[in-house]
Amino acid sequence: MARANRAMVRDYADDLKLFRSPAKRIALVALLVAYLGLPLVLDDFWAGVLTLAGITAVGALGLNLLTGYTGQASLGTAFFIGLGAFTASYLGRASVLGGKGMPFIVYLVVAAVLGGLVGFVVGLPALRLRGNYLVIVTVGLVFIGLYIFTKWKTVTGGPAGTSMPVKVDILGNNFGSLPAGGTVLGRDQGLFYVVWAIVAITALLVKNIVRTRPGRALQAVRDRDVAAEVIGVSLFRYKVGAFVISSAIASVAGVLFGLHIQNLSPDPLVIGLFLSVQYLAIIIVGGVGTVYGSILGALLIGGTPAIIDRVSENVPFLTSSATGSGINKNVFAQLLYGVLIIVFLVLEPRGLAGMWQRAKAYFQSWPFSH
Amino acid sequence: MTKFLQLASQGVALGAVYALVALGFVVIYRATGVINFAQGGLVLLGAFLVYNATFTWGLSFWPAVLVTMIMGAAIGALFEAIVLRRMIGRPVYAIILATVGLLIIINEIVTTIWKTPAAAIDSPWGLDKITVGDVKVNQVDIATVIVAGLLVGTFFLVFRYTKVGVAMRATALDQEAALAQGISVRRMFALSWAIAGSVAVMAGVMLGSNAGPGIGLSATIGLVALKAFPAMVLGGLDSPGGAIVGGLIIGLTQILTGGYQPEYVKFLGDSFSDVMPYFVMLIVLLIRPYGLFGSREVRRV
Repeated sequence: MARANRAMVRDYADDLKLFRSPAKRIALVALLVAYLGLPLVLDDFWAGVLTLAGITAVGALGLNLLTGYTGQASLGTAFFIGLGAFTASYLGRASVLGGKGMPFIVYLVVAAVLGGLVGFVVGLPALRLRGNYLVIVTVGLVFIGLYIFTKWKTVTGGPAGTSMPVKVDILGNNFGSLPAGGTVLGRDQGLFYVVWAIVAITALLVKNIVRTRPGRALQAVRDRDVAAEVIGVSLFRYKVGAFVISSAIASVAGVLFGLHIQNLSPDPLVIGLFLSVQYLAIIIVGGVGTVYGSILGALLIGGTPAIIDRVSENVPFLTSSATGSGINKNVFAQLLYGVLIIVFLVLEPRGLAGMWQRAKAYFQSWPFSH
Repeated sequence: MTKFLQLASQGVALGAVYALVALGFVVIYRATGVINFAQGGLVLLGAFLVYNATFTWGLSFWPAVLVTMIMGAAIGALFEAIVLRRMIGRPVYAIILATVGLLIIINEIVTTIWKTPAAAIDSPWGLDKITVGDVKVNQVDIATVIVAGLLVGTFFLVFRYTKVGVAMRATALDQEAALAQGISVRRMFALSWAIAGSVAVMAGVMLGSNAGPGIGLSATIGLVALKAFPAMVLGGLDSPGGAIVGGLIIGLTQILTGGYQPEYVKFLGDSFSDVMPYFVMLIVLLIRPYGLFGSREVRRV
């Protein structure tokens, strides 16, 4: 029997399919082609922008699991980014493990485990605190974290910071300078492959959590935790569990973030509260409680300043100097960021994902309006 | 003993600043249940608007403060009317993010307009010190304590004895019941933002007419609001008296830690006092999740 509408879900097996329609399968192939091809054609600037967007997408996926699906608001992401980055820098350093430094996979996994453990401790107060109070505790975490990062000089290098491992070795391939068809790719292009592969893995992980039993438990906790507990959802297990997984993912994003920026210091402007805010902005602009929304949000929030940076020479009122007349381009990017957040919150609460779904619904049900 | 008194007086002064900022938080939280992350931005904007009014428009100090307080109130009420009113009923983090958006916008506007400000606002109290016994006290610090005390006193009287104050308390207690009694909840929301806006201007004036690291007329004074978080949480999010007590406790703890910790518990590092407020806050929250004077949230199943 022909199906009336491919988007229609008729049984549980339909609901579980990741790529339900042929269009989605075509999109998957297109994404794969883009993944393999983009680093070969992008210049350093855009490869860097897309790599950083991928890194924030990883962290945003983790935060979306915690905030979007479980309803536990956190502004502590920056702390876990720092934790992951400093762990990687310490373990990858030549002075560790007999003068060679540990390979990428090892410090990635160690950082994730460490992030998860600290996430467990941070998740415990969430059992007692709600809403605004929890947000403020995570704000405190960022400041305490910055202090520890500044003071623990043997690991973090103190205020001057430390450098990240230059080589990014995976199975004998150095993604820091990857040979490709006669030429050698730059560091940003090589990291692009690593980062977006991890984005795909994280997205699959989060998707698998949220579309199965634990995911339904998390959403029950979000919608009303007391009611969830009454129907048998262990608040301890799912609230703290969401913190553990989300923190581990943020820590992985931190490793990648460190590798991307290379010189890492406990600077409040780099891994401070505004980094946490950025992650929260990404999941809201992208779409709370959707997996692809986190990725779209990361691309939009990461891409906008880059576009402004590139077109600023052709826009009369933008300058690149800090003191002259006109608006500094970085200031303008920040202003636009602030306005963007408020506009999305007021006019499109479901974010880019909501816009996409509305557009899709329009074309699927065309010529009928709903 | 002299050292202790000296530190204690500094602590009380710092606490008064925190209390002033926390008071703005509390007014908004009481009525609307929103933590206003933009409070620091309003403080910053207030300081620079007063500077602008005295320096560029040539107003004398008190008229400038009055004009700016009206502007601060207008900005607060406008933001509530345009943005937050459309977000009632949305999750906590969404509303917080909206106020962060306002904070970012204010920060960028201030740093773009006032690129090279003077060191401090010209004020009647100036930057002189007076000596009491062996203790040196900044005049601006005394003024800050007096202003904070006066504001809290006014708040207490207004909330307790005026019709508007009672209406605001009713709104904070139960919005639907307040509506049923003929109170315009919208107006109360806008009013609380307006009050917070003008309190922020007052905090900005006290910070901007001071001098020292992190205070004075610079773009960093907005960050004081982040330090006032612990003060607000410590006192309880919805208690004006708690804001004052919390501010004083945090201010005293921070300064006393800075004075004695390098001597006695050296291993914690040389600027431990900067993060001490957050530790105090964490400990208090783990023991009393609703702060010292905050009202316990009743949850229906």
